[in-house]
Amino acid sequence: MDIGLLAQHIMNGLMVGMMYALVAVGFTLFFGVLDVIQFAHGDVLTVGAFAALMAFAGLRAAGIASRSFLVIAMLIVSVLAMAAVGMLIGRYLVMPLRTAPALNTLLITLMLGTVLRESVRLFYPEGANPKPFPALLPTSSTNIGNFNLRLDNAIMLITGVLVIAGVELLLNRTKLGLAIRAVAQDEETARTIGINFTVIVLIAFAIGSALAAIAGIMNGFYYNEINFGMGLYLGVVGFAAAIIGGLGSIYGAILGGFLFAALQTIGTVVLPFGSAYKDVFAFAVVIIFMAWRPTGLIREKISQRV
Amino acid sequence: MISQAVVTIYFIALLTAEKQLLIIGLLALAVLAVVAAYWMGWLAAANRSFADRENILGPLAGIAGVGVAAYFHDNHFVLLLIVTILLYTIATLGLNIQFGYAGVLNFAAASFFGIGAYTSAVLNAHTNVPHLLVLLIGGLIAALIGSLLLLPVLRTRGHYAALVTIAFALLLKAFLEVNDVLGGPQGLQVKGMKIGGWSFNDNIDFQNIELSFYLSYFAVSLVLLGGAFLLVRRLERSWIGLNLDALRIDETVASCFGLNIARWKIAAFTLGNFLIGVAGALFGMVGGFVAPNNYTFADSLILISILLLGGIGNPWGLVVATAIVVVVPEKLQTLQEYRFLMYSVMVIAVLLFRPEGLLPRPLRNYFPGWRP
Repeated sequence: MDIGLLAQHIMNGLMVGMMYALVAVGFTLFFGVLDVIQFAHGDVLTVGAFAALMAFAGLRAAGIASRSFLVIAMLIVSVLAMAAVGMLIGRYLVMPLRTAPALNTLLITLMLGTVLRESVRLFYPEGANPKPFPALLPTSSTNIGNFNLRLDNAIMLITGVLVIAGVELLLNRTKLGLAIRAVAQDEETARTIGINFTVIVLIAFAIGSALAAIAGIMNGFYYNEINFGMGLYLGVVGFAAAIIGGLGSIYGAILGGFLFAALQTIGTVVLPFGSAYKDVFAFAVVIIFMAWRPTGLIREKISQRV
Repeated sequence: MISQAVVTIYFIALLTAEKQLLIIGLLALAVLAVVAAYWMGWLAAANRSFADRENILGPLAGIAGVGVAAYFHDNHFVLLLIVTILLYTIATLGLNIQFGYAGVLNFAAASFFGIGAYTSAVLNAHTNVPHLLVLLIGGLIAALIGSLLLLPVLRTRGHYAALVTIAFALLLKAFLEVNDVLGGPQGLQVKGMKIGGWSFNDNIDFQNIELSFYLSYFAVSLVLLGGAFLLVRRLERSWIGLNLDALRIDETVASCFGLNIARWKIAAFTLGNFLIGVAGALFGMVGGFVAPNNYTFADSLILISILLLGGIGNPWGLVVATAIVVVVPEKLQTLQEYRFLMYSVMVIAVLLFRPEGLLPRPLRNYFPGWRP
């Protein structure tokens, strides 16, 4: 195979992997602080993308044309809105069920995901159809052999790296991060030394959901289209990525995200049937992987949580 | 007994009603009646008398079903609804063995249902296998494909186990969509059922009374449901059911008492998938058509919400919950668009306010009518 084409595939894989990783980090944050899976996460991503689209439409109607301003405004609106949504979910759906079996939390958030998805479909104007997402990022590109490096992709990739690095810094270098890690490690001890458990949990939910919003916008810019069902797929893939990496480990989640994207890319490039079977291949590998390493690459108990 | 008669008559009334307002009124009436009965203590009394006389009332429920079907003997649509309820109940019974008794997670129930349906589509089109046997084979294939998942299902716990079946649900749908042999996204036609030269897809003329062809399907489904129901009830009552319960409540303790955890998990998972597959195979023939979009992850969630609504582990609750979930959106055409939204809100409400379901599973009742 041609080197340029290979580089193209790798670039696509990196882009998609970045989105998966962002979603997976959210899953692993929620699991870290509360030991639950927040399955509406993927649909929070959808709502985030649609919130950004609404912000865009509103600002456009107000007569603002500056592209960079629009992009930043969309990001801010969506991130803040989803952080709020995440906190609401955490406060009113997940925390009340803390004593119930884990299955109930899984189901309630799955159902909430359906509520969000269907609400977008039914109540957003013509929400059932795919919506064009504005291409606001500069699209100029440079050709290196067969490899076509687009500026917008590069910007998104760098943004993603910065965001993940920021979360990493926040968790490992700040007092807030210390508190989150303390709650993740041992709730009762954390309470004893004066950490406000509820607040920390809600902050973790806010951070995770904000990451989903960023991933949603990234997805919109990358495909130039969003639809109400995209969150279900991204959510399941992000969940799979978090699990492959090992729940509760942020590095595991990032690793899992890129690993899943790599699987899909390999499925597209190497398999004789081409891209049609790439999901079949990727999920089959995930299932086989689960049989081999039932608790993911980085084991939960041994590894550092969050 | 009285309550059963009331429910039957109510059901007929609901199915007959055509006007939207009337239907909404009837539904509101039912909600009010149930709440009122709950406050007056009648519900508990009905529950108790039901538990005491299950041996009589079980067959009576079957007879009531026949009565409802006979009343609608020439109405295709209503009979199709009833058959759907029966088959969904069989599927959720299978799911109940996995979730409710053994505690094995299965988020791919609709996929196994679909495997059954595709099996009947392929077998009816290309072979001359007797169609009753096709049902059996549909169940076996579902169980067989399910057994591919056994290793990961056995080795994983909790959230990790949930991923395995979710991944399988997505895998199967993606596979069916791109596989041209199985019709791709358009799906396949399924030939109707035929037993001994008697084609199920022809209307029956009986002494000048035209009977809907769905009546034959109804008969087969009812017999199947009866069988499945008996099986699940007996299973629950037996030492196997005890083992499964022990397994669900605490795996470690169960294995300390010498239960072979892997064996019982395999048994529950396989038997459950078998039942789901059989129901799916018949459902494919009834509908005459299979397509990947009918067997998605969202449909699995609907089956699970039926289970939760009815009360995990209680087969009778399943019948009621399936009837609610299947009939209400069909009758309320205005709500058809909103049905997924409605289910999910309903399940969230049940989980928050009544986590044990509408009809919670009662304690094991070894001797009906016996009081200490």
